[in-house]
Amino acid sequence: MAKAKIPLGHNQRVIGILLQIVVISLVLAVLIVLGNNLVNNFQQKNLEFGFDFLSSKAAFDISDQVINFQPSDTYSKAIIVGLLNSLRVMVVGIVLATLIGVTVGIGRLSDNWLVRQLATVYVEILRNTPLLLQLFFWYSAVFLNLPRVDQALVLPGSIYLSNRGISIPWPAGTTSTWLALDLICASVILTMIVMRRRIKAIAQHGTATPIFTMVLIGTAIATIFALVWGLDWQQPQLDRQGNSILGGLNFSPELATLLLGLSVYTAAYIAEVVRSGIQSVNQGQWEAARALGLKPNLVMQLVIFPQALRVMIPSLTSEYLNLAKNSSLAIAIGYSDLYAIANTIFNNTGRSVETLLIVMVAYLIINLIIAVIMNWLNARMQLLER
Amino acid sequence: MTSTKSNSPAQSLPTVSRVSPGVWLKKNLFSTWDNSLLTITCLAFLYWVVTSLIGWTFTQAKWSVVTVNLRLFLVGYYPEVSLWRPWTALGIMVGLAGCSGGILSEPGNLFNRSNLIMLTLLAAIWVAISPWIGVASSIRLLGMLVLLILAATLGKKLGQSLSSNLTLRTWLAAIWVLTFGVVLWLLMGGWLLNTVPITSLSGLILTLLVAVVSIALSFPLGVLLALGRQSELPAIRWLATIYIELFRGLPLIGILFMAQIMLPLVLPREVLIDQVWRAIAGYTLFTAAYLAENVRGGLQSVPRGQAEAAKALGLSSPLVITLIILPQALRSAIPTIVGQFISLFKDTSLLVIVSLVDLLGISQSILANPKYVGRAAEIYLFIGLIYWIFCYSMSLASRKLEKY
Repeated sequence: MAKAKIPLGHNQRVIGILLQIVVISLVLAVLIVLGNNLVNNFQQKNLEFGFDFLSSKAAFDISDQVINFQPSDTYSKAIIVGLLNSLRVMVVGIVLATLIGVTVGIGRLSDNWLVRQLATVYVEILRNTPLLLQLFFWYSAVFLNLPRVDQALVLPGSIYLSNRGISIPWPAGTTSTWLALDLICASVILTMIVMRRRIKAIAQHGTATPIFTMVLIGTAIATIFALVWGLDWQQPQLDRQGNSILGGLNFSPELATLLLGLSVYTAAYIAEVVRSGIQSVNQGQWEAARALGLKPNLVMQLVIFPQALRVMIPSLTSEYLNLAKNSSLAIAIGYSDLYAIANTIFNNTGRSVETLLIVMVAYLIINLIIAVIMNWLNARMQLLER
Repeated sequence: MTSTKSNSPAQSLPTVSRVSPGVWLKKNLFSTWDNSLLTITCLAFLYWVVTSLIGWTFTQAKWSVVTVNLRLFLVGYYPEVSLWRPWTALGIMVGLAGCSGGILSEPGNLFNRSNLIMLTLLAAIWVAISPWIGVASSIRLLGMLVLLILAATLGKKLGQSLSSNLTLRTWLAAIWVLTFGVVLWLLMGGWLLNTVPITSLSGLILTLLVAVVSIALSFPLGVLLALGRQSELPAIRWLATIYIELFRGLPLIGILFMAQIMLPLVLPREVLIDQVWRAIAGYTLFTAAYLAENVRGGLQSVPRGQAEAAKALGLSSPLVITLIILPQALRSAIPTIVGQFISLFKDTSLLVIVSLVDLLGISQSILANPKYVGRAAEIYLFIGLIYWIFCYSMSLASRKLEKY
């Protein structure tokens, strides 16, 4: 780490201390003046400071709710509903954006000329237009223009698209679902253990006993069965009168817009991160992997991508943080995320400083959590290097 | 950095002999079975997108919503009698851009094929859209092109006649700053001109104004913060770090809200700042934190020896920073800094959330007109194109700058 500033002269320390004192007193003076003005303005306008308003009745309704919310509930519960809504968007958005982004990023380096051009066009269009504009576009030009419920578009896999949002099949949440989920978790763990043992055996003896392969095939079959039949999928269906879609998981147009807009936009950035990460891997690694006789997709999977991942994680972290922060644009299309609800509360109660503080603290904590998780991942990746 | 790396092998390779289309197709599109399948899927997808888009553009879309409101998009509710002022401002900037392009261009590289194609294309577009923008505007735009060519030639001559290129470039920077002031004066009036209050600016003009002013203001602040974060003095380092991390942790819309609601609360009652300046303050505070991180990356890339050598030559600390460290740091940080400016430009669209009428805001208000119900796609595509042109040309310019 090269420090930009290097002390010079004999009285450097004195100058340094003086400089610090001056800067600190300047900052303090500014803060005191601003704080003083704040207090004065509060008194002038008869405002008061305090969080007691949180326990009074909200008296507004929230359209998208993860947990049940009534207008008779308190403001604090409204904030929690908003927080959950935000978290839902962030988590699903991050997963979707990563999937799309990695695909497009690899597409930008494909051997196939057409795929490469398509991926480039995708990235250049989405990165060079504002996210808010994209959200507006998805919302009013796409989702609100979808056909009415009774003429809903049905995509293969019974995905219903209508102007009331997207409905997808979803596990019903019965005992069978939970049993199947347990089974899937167990088989994933089993597979990981068996894979490790198998690789170890290959490394030591050159070959592995076929038992490992058979166990792997067995768990795979069991998992597929559990996925297809055990989870008790509920298909969305038009009801008799044809004015609503029942069953499955329904995303409101607002939520669907936000998820799609955020993940498609962030994916363009992630694609660039993936591309530069892969390009940063030494050319010799490709050649060595091919010389060992690995198939092209295995070269990527086993040799290049793990090394690229190490370079990618810091930039991926900042893209995830951006996605989390950008989710606050929900207010523009009317999805009730944390920021939108805080804004409503501010409009109802006039408590600007308090709601702002709540929003700030919430976003800082969310950012901190994402950063901590990604740093942990980063540390793990770096360890694997040795 | 990366681009030079990826360019060098291409330059050192022997010239590729022309391949026949068949060979090219086989190599790039149909090399294996998987690849052929992928190509065919992509072609089908492309066919579907292109045919439905063309069908929509020429049959369903009603572009009159764009052509009728073109002036609104560009200059918003700017008083019609003063419209010569934005035109003049545009002319000055085109002239200066041509001049700087001429000075900075490499020898014999000014009117190469791609530039000529670009100019012809622009001229063709200006002529083609004259039915909608009016013949007068079309002629003015063509005049701008002529001005651009003249200025570029002039700049070229200037660059050749003056041997010391460096002083010329320093002058150029100073002239740009000066022009910025002149353009602001032209747009907002004041001395000798009627005042156009900043609150009545809207449309693309407001977007550009907010973006440029915030960029200009946030740059020095960002550099100071970066230096502060790299400082060896703990108090300054901590203050800078807290500022940067706090502002980077918050969503921009929250900061804009803070600037709109909180700024009047923390300032004395007598001080009244209008909405646009409050928004600019928000953008500046926000962008400065991100810029600081970009500049810090640049600072870290300057080898330690540079500072030590400068010190050994007897330069004082401030001089070491301003003359030796910062120029090198800023140069290596150019791509990320331009990237930050691009995202600031895109983020000006959030002005619509704090109820200012920028480019996106004006489209929202046009859409609110019952006459234009259901024309969202046309409008959004049009202003998306405007945003795209600006952002893409900025990123192209940054790739050029990187090579210097």
